[in-house]
Amino acid sequence: MKPRQQRMLGVGLTALGVAIAAGLTLRSFDENMMFFVDVSDVVAGDHPMERNFRIGGLVVEGSVEREEGSMEMTFRVTDLQCEIGVRYSGVLPDLFREGQGVVAHGLMGADGIFVADKILAKHDEDYMAPEVAESLARHVADQTMELPDGPAECNSQ
Amino acid sequence: MWKFFHHLTSPPHFYRLAATIIPWLAFPGLVLIAYGSYAGLFVAPEDYQQGDAYRIIYVHVPAAYVSIMAYVLMAVGGGCGLIWRLKLAHAVGAAAAPLGAAFTFLALATGSIWGRPMWGTWWEWGDPRLMSELIMLFLYFGYMALRAAIDETAKADKASAVLALVGVVNVVIVHYSVVWWNSLHQGPTLLKKGGPGMDADMLYPLLAMILGFTLVFGALLARRIRTEVLYRERRTRWVRELILAPGGGR
Repeated sequence: MKPRQQRMLGVGLTALGVAIAAGLTLRSFDENMMFFVDVSDVVAGDHPMERNFRIGGLVVEGSVEREEGSMEMTFRVTDLQCEIGVRYSGVLPDLFREGQGVVAHGLMGADGIFVADKILAKHDEDYMAPEVAESLARHVADQTMELPDGPAECNSQ
Repeated sequence: MWKFFHHLTSPPHFYRLAATIIPWLAFPGLVLIAYGSYAGLFVAPEDYQQGDAYRIIYVHVPAAYVSIMAYVLMAVGGGCGLIWRLKLAHAVGAAAAPLGAAFTFLALATGSIWGRPMWGTWWEWGDPRLMSELIMLFLYFGYMALRAAIDETAKADKASAVLALVGVVNVVIVHYSVVWWNSLHQGPTLLKKGGPGMDADMLYPLLAMILGFTLVFGALLARRIRTEVLYRERRTRWVRELILAPGGGR
């Protein structure tokens, strides 16, 4: 083998080795790499107990309820399979609205209600002018909640 | 073919070639950025959810794109330098690193400024997209520090090329972080299945900005490679002749 081919092989094997090592590492940390837990997993009991974590999903349309004269509010979060109630008291980000993505940080309460101490809004990858969004909304009754196969069963524990 | 390639990548030849191509990269790039800035800020409609705040993507997306491209270039330069012992290839990596770091910082900073009002946070530790982009900034820093720490150029070239190659796996992670894992960051808009998730009036200025940033990056890189080549070849005859010639160094 020529020296140049040897070096080529060395570089190739290094790249391959690093890729495999990184792949295995990321696989074993898969759960910790998740920024938030899906609502279905929370309902199935697959979430950290007694410690803070984040849940993510869409705010259910019409579920936001505010208490008169206080910062207290409740709403429901869905991943289009399961739903979970969230209680929160504090300031909301600009993008928080019904039908849009949300990430809540907090603790799972004993009553099955997630008590959030921080709410972040999650934006989707679609950008459009308000007029376009309106015309879309006229054609598709509920675009954010649209499902290809209809709602799936929610399996609670 | 190989002879032509060797001639092209010979330092004195590339030094002259770069001087010729810089204006051809810089001027179209600046024109595109001027058009993209104007169209992005004044012509493109506001977003139905974010209002005017989304307009920061006209800097954020091109900066993030260039930050990744610069890293790939640095790693490819390192690989070619290791395998074919090309003098020019290592110079490309050395010249690309500070530019890549600057664009990475720009992407992180603009993302943070946008994240505060939109997400409700400047920064979230543990978010895969944010972390992998931050790791890329540290890879750039590590690459530059490693170069600076080794006096002998040939050794510095080898060591930093290996670092660049090892870190290239992070480029893949940056791109797929929003696909593989749950992230606060939205998924890809431009490379989305079924076409870009964006109105044409918003899209064209963005594409112009991405191309403009790329061209300006190319011009800056060519300029930096020239300097790098000149320094590395400072003891050779062609540099001496160049400097001593009338109007030297041009």
